[in-house]
Amino acid sequence: MSWEPVIGLEIHIHLKTRTKMFCRCPVAYFEGPNTQTCPVCLAHPGALPVPNRKAVEWTILLGLALGCEVPERAIFHRKNYFYPDNPKGYQISQYDEPLCVNGRLAVPGAQGDTVVGIERAHLEEDAAKTIHVGGAEGRIHGADRSLIDFNRAGTPLVEIVTAPDIRSADEARRFLQLLRQTVVELGISDAEMEKGSLRFDVNVSVRLEGEELRTRTELKNMNSFAFAARGIEREIERQIGIYDSGGTVDQETLHFDPSRVDAPPLRSKEEAQDYRYFSEPDLVPLEPDRTLVERLRDELPESPAARIRRLEDEIGFWLAEGLVTSGRDGLYSRITGERAAVANVVMNELAATGLDPASVNADELAKVIEHRTEIPRAAFTEALAASGSPGFSAERYLAEAAIVDASELDPVIDRVLSENASQVEAFRAGKEGLLGFFVGQVMKETGGKANPKVVSDRLREKLGA
Amino acid sequence: MIDTLRLTAEEATGLLERGEVSAAELHGAYREAIAERDPEVHAYLCTVEQPEGEGVPIALKDVISTKGVETTAASKILSGYKPVFDSTVAARCKDAGLPLLGKTNLDEFAMGSSTENSAFGPTRNPWDPSRVPGGSSGGSTAAVAAGLAPWALGSDTGGSIKQPAALTGTVGLRPTYGTVSRYGVVAFASSLDQVGPVTRTVRDWARLHRIIAGRDPLDSSTVALPEPFEVPDAVDLKGLRVGVPVELNEAEGIEPGVSEAVNRAIELACSLGAEVGECHLPRSVEFGLPCYYLIAPSEASSNLARYDGVRYGLRVEADDIRAMYESTRREGFGDEPKRRIMLGTYALSAGYYEAFYGQAQKVRTVIRDEHAAAFEQFDVLVSPTSPTVAFELGARTADPLAMYAADVLTIPSNMAGLPGLSIPCGLSDGLPVGLQLIGRQFSENLLFRAGHALEQALEFDFVPERLK
Repeated sequence: MSWEPVIGLEIHIHLKTRTKMFCRCPVAYFEGPNTQTCPVCLAHPGALPVPNRKAVEWTILLGLALGCEVPERAIFHRKNYFYPDNPKGYQISQYDEPLCVNGRLAVPGAQGDTVVGIERAHLEEDAAKTIHVGGAEGRIHGADRSLIDFNRAGTPLVEIVTAPDIRSADEARRFLQLLRQTVVELGISDAEMEKGSLRFDVNVSVRLEGEELRTRTELKNMNSFAFAARGIEREIERQIGIYDSGGTVDQETLHFDPSRVDAPPLRSKEEAQDYRYFSEPDLVPLEPDRTLVERLRDELPESPAARIRRLEDEIGFWLAEGLVTSGRDGLYSRITGERAAVANVVMNELAATGLDPASVNADELAKVIEHRTEIPRAAFTEALAASGSPGFSAERYLAEAAIVDASELDPVIDRVLSENASQVEAFRAGKEGLLGFFVGQVMKETGGKANPKVVSDRLREKLGA
Repeated sequence: MIDTLRLTAEEATGLLERGEVSAAELHGAYREAIAERDPEVHAYLCTVEQPEGEGVPIALKDVISTKGVETTAASKILSGYKPVFDSTVAARCKDAGLPLLGKTNLDEFAMGSSTENSAFGPTRNPWDPSRVPGGSSGGSTAAVAAGLAPWALGSDTGGSIKQPAALTGTVGLRPTYGTVSRYGVVAFASSLDQVGPVTRTVRDWARLHRIIAGRDPLDSSTVALPEPFEVPDAVDLKGLRVGVPVELNEAEGIEPGVSEAVNRAIELACSLGAEVGECHLPRSVEFGLPCYYLIAPSEASSNLARYDGVRYGLRVEADDIRAMYESTRREGFGDEPKRRIMLGTYALSAGYYEAFYGQAQKVRTVIRDEHAAAFEQFDVLVSPTSPTVAFELGARTADPLAMYAADVLTIPSNMAGLPGLSIPCGLSDGLPVGLQLIGRQFSENLLFRAGHALEQALEFDFVPERLK
């Protein structure tokens, strides 16, 4: 019998509405502390919430993109707890009647789709931001004092809860990437982890295949998908190790420190919190208009998952996934030419330039890619870097035809080989990896103007490989 | 010379309109009356020296946020708190040009039926200073009864306008839930709280209600009014079908003097042309009070969580955040809010929610349906507002359940979200008795007409004997 990981995710996404969820304060990330506040988001006595219509629409839109049902009626609940970042002493959230339920997201994989159930997508408000000064680990306990910035308090937040359908760290990462891309394309959130507009928690347990679910642990505060994948892998190994040595896993929360990636997470026992949910008496039930729901459904763009499957036939799964989840498949489609080559350039060299894909002149770049083996490496790199600038033209770069004439290259190649006799010997003894070293040396000698493919061929001949 | 003891808001409006007095003179007359009589009554927590507005001045219960004017809900925890914004009702009064006289006393966070639960000392009944004015809007009703304000606003959750109006010989309206904005009104139990007028006459009451009522985009629970409010001048009750709910009129604890006064008013209604018949609200009366004391404290336990010492109001410093919360709330809240926070927290807790809060919400539907059935036969329902006349200060403070029973007759229709008014209908042992008229949702105009006709026929003198 082997161990099967069981993973579920809870994702929080800030909606980029102009104003907050229950008041008309601007949603602004980088303003001075406590400048984007009003009696409602500071919970002054008597202040009342009024829901943001756009946030409700966008939550429905996201729910539809995730294949959810939108029930006839949704209600807000109060989730009661004391914490200084929670000004009312309760968070307005949703409980047993959320806006969106029973969805599914098919995550394309190299070996077919993984279908991840979406239990719910609901709308709530974010808390304020607290900074704890002094004390250990930036936590409230033991801090000298705590500072609170209420600018973030009341930012609309969608919480998406998946079913425990994910079976590996890699699947979790791919689900998150796909979800993030979906959200970004809907135009409802920046979904940037660095800004905190996308956050998620992971529930992890393992079981023997066919078993009921075992005790889970919750992983919190991970600051990137890769970091999360690593954390999940380690947690799976840890749990398996415990079971294999006859122990039991405790239900606990693992708090990661995003600023110290390699630090082991802090563990805390999960207290059974009683949030005393009850329906928010200050708000009336939401009854989404059916024509609105249908209009939103009609507005849904082609999903990233569908585009991955479409591109997969042309360029294989990995390039297709990479292009789509990085938002580069649009550019890829705009560039004519040999598909795998275009995909590779867009995904690797061009991505490395950090250019906004939308700014790239696809027609001119197509010419550069087509002739990339005929121009010096340096010219190719320069061309890519310039491809987003106004007036970019391939002509100038194509003019720098690479040195392909063997008669020009041979003296250089001979010199390199004679100056590196010991490497030549090693190569001939079987260290074929050294070929790259020789190519590099020749490129250096020619100031990057040689055609690397010609150099490589010529070297092989001369080395008798 | 302005006789504030007798002056109605309508008469005061006339004086202003005819230029016989200025707004400043009118305001000054009330300030003088306050200086003279409020040391005994203690209706006000604070007064305003130089208010804005050229109209008839008004007093506001101290749960109603007033920009720049201390708003405490009669709690130590909000001592010194000055709102940075006006509640919608305060803003509407301001827009109508009503200068603010001051903020009136109440039971802390509107929790109580005697105004003895104020952290700043009780208010006394102008009819007999050894007795309570009722509550929780006792400051507003006492101010109007003693001529310290021509009109005032109170707030009503379980009977906090109707009951003190009854005990002070004033007119009080609890409007249909959703017709008056709660924005900026310190919340007690959100699904029941409703601001309403306290006046000396039904006509004043209609005039004031016209100013404050109506949909407010800042309060999602408000609705557009189906019809404009009219100042009544009906003198008869021809064709009005008046239901007398047996359980509300024969409830345990109704004093004989109260029943007599109410029965005389019902006979008077007959003579004015009303068709009077009996009806029944058995479950509403039996379960209204216990359900109210689950729902209201549950919501209150959540509404009062924001008073944590972090942002405004009282903070009692301590070593860590939890200790700061605890010491602030221990010192800041009086016994009654603490009692209700505990009750409500318990009723909402996992494992108890279904049995308590959940069940009470279901019963609320039963109460609503029972009232709806009664209104198929009748246009208004009548009963005593309070089972007793004003009781002595201290008589019930040691027994919370006896205090809670003061609202047994007002709670059922409040739970159903219905409008109710209390008008004085006579005296018992020299103290005012209130008649409660309950209407269908949004039937305030009908209540105004019926109330006005009865008021004319009853000829009740609203000036307390001892102040004449």
